Amino acid sequence: MTTASAETPILEVRRISKRFARTPDFAERLAGMFGAKFDARVVHAVDDVSLAVKHGEVVGLVGESGCGKSTLGRMVAGIIPKSDGELYFEGAESAMWNAAQAQAAQLAVQIIFQDPMSSLNPRKRVRDIIGEAPLVHGMVARDAIADYVSDLMLKVGLDPGYKRRYPHQFSGGQRQRIGIARALAVKPRFLVCDEAVAALDVSIQAQVLNLFMDLKDAFNLTYLFISHDLGVVRHLSDRVAIMYLGRIVEMAPTTELYATPNHPYTRALLEEVPQVGTGKRIYSVVKGEIPSPLNPPPGCHFHPRCPHAMPKCAIEQPALKQVAPGRFSACHLNDQN
Amino acid sequence: MNSEISPTAPAASSSTVDESRLRMLWREYAERRGAVVALIVCVVLLAAAILAPIIAPQNPYDLSVIDIFDSRLPPGSVNPAGFTYWLGTDGQGRDMLSAMIYGLRLSLFVGVLSGLLAISAGVTVGLIAAYAGGAVDALLMRVVDFMLGFPAILVALILLAVLGQGVDKVIFALVMVQWAYFARAVRGTAMIERNKEYVEAAISLGLSRPRIVFGHILPNCMPPIIVIGTMQIAHAISTEATLSFLGLGLPITEPSLGLLIANGFSFLLSGLYWISVFPGLLLLVTIFSINIVGDRLRDVLNPRLQK
Ligand SMILES: Nc1ncnc2c1ncn2[C@@H]1O[C@H](COP(=O)(O)OP(=O)(O)OP(=O)(O)O)[C@@H](O)[C@H]1O
Ligand code: SF4
Ligand SMILES: [Mg+2]
Repeated sequence: MTTASAETPILEVRRISKRFARTPDFAERLAGMFGAKFDARVVHAVDDVSLAVKHGEVVGLVGESGCGKSTLGRMVAGIIPKSDGELYFEGAESAMWNAAQAQAAQLAVQIIFQDPMSSLNPRKRVRDIIGEAPLVHGMVARDAIADYVSDLMLKVGLDPGYKRRYPHQFSGGQRQRIGIARALAVKPRFLVCDEAVAALDVSIQAQVLNLFMDLKDAFNLTYLFISHDLGVVRHLSDRVAIMYLGRIVEMAPTTELYATPNHPYTRALLEEVPQVGTGKRIYSVVKGEIPSPLNPPPGCHFHPRCPHAMPKCAIEQPALKQVAPGRFSACHLNDQN
Repeated sequence: MNSEISPTAPAASSSTVDESRLRMLWREYAERRGAVVALIVCVVLLAAAILAPIIAPQNPYDLSVIDIFDSRLPPGSVNPAGFTYWLGTDGQGRDMLSAMIYGLRLSLFVGVLSGLLAISAGVTVGLIAAYAGGAVDALLMRVVDFMLGFPAILVALILLAVLGQGVDKVIFALVMVQWAYFARAVRGTAMIERNKEYVEAAISLGLSRPRIVFGHILPNCMPPIIVIGTMQIAHAISTEATLSFLGLGLPITEPSLGLLIANGFSFLLSGLYWISVFPGLLLLVTIFSINIVGDRLRDVLNPRLQK
């Protein structure tokens, strides 16, 4: 952490990748014994992604289903290990962390999940869900934990009188607040919100989004806000990164991205953004099938669906390049003019 | 922003939360009259077994109170001292009712203790397999498959033939043939639980592996453990009875229900039915009741599993 300065991003990933090997099932192994060839196919869930997030920033991460948003978020939150690349927290690379630093980084980055039911342990009371980690880590003394939990519940808009209840006794929005309080309990600096409002009613969505913004100031937080919906991200984010089949294809300050999208995929997404408030959730908004991540198209992953595709697009992968100050895009069209 | 502070959930005061949950389970359980009767029978049998020294009219282990001249008396006989043998006496002049209560005590003790030990062993193996995955999982499950591949009674017979008689040896043999059932069931449930997001949240919160496995995943695997545990206790009791009947289980000085049946078996042909039939009926009622309770528990607990 010696290299940290005002300019050091709180969190950065460089050329990070995650590959999932599809393990052969029993029938395939049996077939293999008799000489059948099994292609040990690998999903490149996240492929060579670089991203830096500054203190206090809100970065939106948008893309269709299966493009690797959650996988990136889980790596950042330290839930699954990366296959490749580097991860920095406040300037220190994860490979260099000592045990204390690893623990500190683990707690500093917390994640809020989409499904507020399966993300809460149904057998635990709210007070234990929120209070367990700070107690275990010695952040709060045993005799102070009750007040600590009550205080957190108030801050996320829950009545502390309900701390002895179980998750199933709450509504969806309240459950999401419990998940938020649980994350805040270990005093994080960085929150990954993985589709954190997607499962909620539209009326509740706005409340929870407002809560996130209130907490950002109150707790001095930085966010990676994952969504498949450009509309949700627009009003929160300072910057937006667009992901397609494991790669970031465009990254720009929010206003500029929405005003003048550079990448054809971003433009297609924007044309189809559902009207705010209709509550329509469209997972695949661009014409054409999403190719399988098991077998992504060569060259530019987007070329089978791109209206501007050229012969080169099917052969050569476009690099993510700066196209204007603070704006990045990965498209061969930018090389032509 | 605070508009949804008051939960829409049932307006129970927070102190009754646990209670209402149990009460809900009970109400569902009680929808079947037969299951309630079976549960009452189980409770009565358990109470009789625990209180055997107090409620049994005679101590069947105390040779000084047993009169060999009272042997083979039919049910309802009264001896010269004015003692009524409601269920008759056996070949040594023991009061059948007392012998059965003590036999039940021993059978339940062996069944429940071996069940609990098998649960501890099986649950530990199952959880380790599910959480470790990979080669550890494959190896442990191979062992489980191997154990389940043999008929339980055969494994127990072989073990006892090697080890000899004794309560501890019977319990050991029963644990050996039972733990694999729990291991397989727990592994299956734990694999599902392990992939739920509350486990990822626990990892993100920096909680230790043992804490996640035993504190978070295990409590969510309890329903199948309870159901299989109930069934396996019944299974253990009947296995023990079979072993004792075959003369390989408990020593003759500590008669369980199975041994009582065996002892009375030779009298059956001479018309002295009570020595064998009454313990047989008691064994049947015991196993039957436990199984009905287990069945009902499965129905009641399963929907909660899927939620
Ligand atoms: N544990 C895993 N094992 C194997 N493949 C996985 C695993 N997790 C994710 N994948 C695959 O990696 C790809 C990216 O998944 P990911 O969940 O990150 O997508 P996503 O952008 O979050 O999608 P969604 O909008 O559906 O949540 C998918 O093809 C998925 O099938
Ligand atoms: S590189 Fe080619 S195919 Fe890919 S987005 Fe640009 S124009 Fe379309
Ligand atoms: Mg996802």
